[in-house]
Amino acid sequence: MNQGAIMIEVRFHGRGGQGVVVASEVLANAAFREGFEVASFPFFGVERRGAPVTAFARLDTRPIRLRSSIYEPDYVVVLDSSLMKGVDLLEGLKAGGHVLINYPDGKSLPALPSGYRYYTLDATSIAAEHMIGSKVAPIVNTAIMGGFARVCDLISLESMLESIRDKAPVKKDANVAAARAAYDRTKEVVV
Amino acid sequence: MTKSYEDIPLTPISSVPSTMNKTGLWRVFYPVVDFDKCTKCTLCWKFCPDAAIQLVDGLPVIDLEFCKGCGICANECPAKCITMVKEGE
Amino acid sequence: MRKVMTGNYASAYGAKVSRAEVIAAYPITPQTSIVEKLAEFVAAGEMKAKFIPVESEHSAMAACVSASIAGARTYTATSSHGLTLMHEVLMWASGARLPIVMTNVSRAMAPPWSVWADHMDSVAQRDTGWMQFFCESNQEVLDTIIMAYKICESEHVMLPAMIIEDAFILSHTSEPVDVPDQDMVDSFLPEYDPAVKLEVGNPMGFGSLVRPDQYMEFRYKAMKAMESARERIASVEDEFRRTFGRSYGGLLDEYRCEDAEVVLIVAGSAAGTTREVVDSMRDRGIRVGLARLRALRPFPQEELRALANRVRGIAVLDRSYTFGAAGAFYTETCGSLYPQAKRPFVKNYIAGLGGRDITPGIIEGIFSDMIDATDRGEVAGPEWVDVAGLERRWR
Repeated sequence: MNQGAIMIEVRFHGRGGQGVVVASEVLANAAFREGFEVASFPFFGVERRGAPVTAFARLDTRPIRLRSSIYEPDYVVVLDSSLMKGVDLLEGLKAGGHVLINYPDGKSLPALPSGYRYYTLDATSIAAEHMIGSKVAPIVNTAIMGGFARVCDLISLESMLESIRDKAPVKKDANVAAARAAYDRTKEVVV
Repeated sequence: MTKSYEDIPLTPISSVPSTMNKTGLWRVFYPVVDFDKCTKCTLCWKFCPDAAIQLVDGLPVIDLEFCKGCGICANECPAKCITMVKEGE
Repeated sequence: MRKVMTGNYASAYGAKVSRAEVIAAYPITPQTSIVEKLAEFVAAGEMKAKFIPVESEHSAMAACVSASIAGARTYTATSSHGLTLMHEVLMWASGARLPIVMTNVSRAMAPPWSVWADHMDSVAQRDTGWMQFFCESNQEVLDTIIMAYKICESEHVMLPAMIIEDAFILSHTSEPVDVPDQDMVDSFLPEYDPAVKLEVGNPMGFGSLVRPDQYMEFRYKAMKAMESARERIASVEDEFRRTFGRSYGGLLDEYRCEDAEVVLIVAGSAAGTTREVVDSMRDRGIRVGLARLRALRPFPQEELRALANRVRGIAVLDRSYTFGAAGAFYTETCGSLYPQAKRPFVKNYIAGLGGRDITPGIIEGIFSDMIDATDRGEVAGPEWVDVAGLERRWR
């Protein structure tokens, strides 16, 4: 449908209260800084903490006219790996698509289907190290977007960090540092 | 996913009461009662919009599975014996 | 200044640069961030406005009516059941000939309870005497608010307007929006200064009792006002285009209709998806076009009649339904075309209710079905699209 255009579609998964929607806005802002046309939007039912939340982002070189939901993302970002049981996080992911998962260092991934590229990042530990959010519930969204800049070569780390600095309501330096650390600590995993 | 419009009732019907929806997860702050200061006036129980408070021997026991942390009990308590504490602290 | 923002923030910025002086509103999903943003502007001293928190939407519109009669430029926002709760006061606002501007975040009516997009709430107000503009993008929301004040406050119009943004699809979607310079808006939109208004030193009653021997004359004047709005909408948009470089196609925004065989009439965000499908089908040699219904009131009768002379089939997509009749846009389209000697085939499609996604597949399915129906000379319907249990899913 969009011959010749770069249309990247991203889907984010997390739980209410984790900043999933802000993560999608951080991406939109970073891409906008790089000259992309952008659209980011959430899908949630009635808001409550702990409920699964999905957010989306579209990036293109032309103005985005498409208003329907995203069914075949190029990238999937998972802020909370506990969603891996019970939610089909890979639904519609394009063949060869990229999956970035917030996953504890040292723990091995469960069995995952082949045909996609997987990346893990211990965003929870990084957020806790930088004291973002509470000890029980660190806020991983800025760290995970640092990881996204590593996985997606369309957006530079610098633009992502500027976008994070802009969007973080408090602890701007810590959020930027967490994202930078996450960029370095994101690794591709072969399944 | 619905199979057909013919298989659904006239209007959506919930057979599960809303008390099954554990809204405690919505909280950012939770109430803590100082039972030594409590005068058993029962105002907190009357004001709670969620009916999350039970009176046990006249003392308020808050059901943290439902309490959303609105703080109305703390605000209304004449003895100022309820404090709102941030979750995770 | 171009920045990424939601449709709701675009509404708030629209009201801000238009220098709305009184805002009275009540929160309802998914409108709340409009009012929250405006409250922030007022609290920060960035906007000189009186913000009145009220206890219901009915009160919100009542407060707006009073403020407007007192000569203030007034703004409010609501959605769904909030809009329907103000219904009687909407009638008052137009009967009292007040240039109030309101954002309605168009959301489905309950039951079933839904927070998601459809047009039933807006469509149910088409008899209130308000102008109604459906927006396709967040930029259009902001720009239309500015234009609306200029249109509404015109001497020969003096009617209220609602600017409609689809729930979540525009209200909560972040996309680039250019917020015009305050100086440029000030030169485009002068201060609101009505000839007649509530004044402490000059007591008057407004909206008083009228016997049968005078009522019709007041209504006739309002009818003339709505009719003169047609020309005013066009001239204001032309001036907006010359000042800010953007325009939206008037009452009926036509895209690739010049040599189209079949066109689709649709309002709101789904029109954006339709443009993509039109381009895709045109690339395959299928001559389709989009006629975006930008204004439901005043309804683009002349524009539709001119379009009807050029096409073989018109598909009308309603994102709402009038039980016992058909989709509202469909019946209005047919009503406009009835006096014509030459009439194309017209078919009604119902889709997207309660936030059901209107996908490119659905739009393409509608175009293909319409072409087929036109070829066979057989138009049934209304056709409900993507309903579980019906054959045509077209996702």
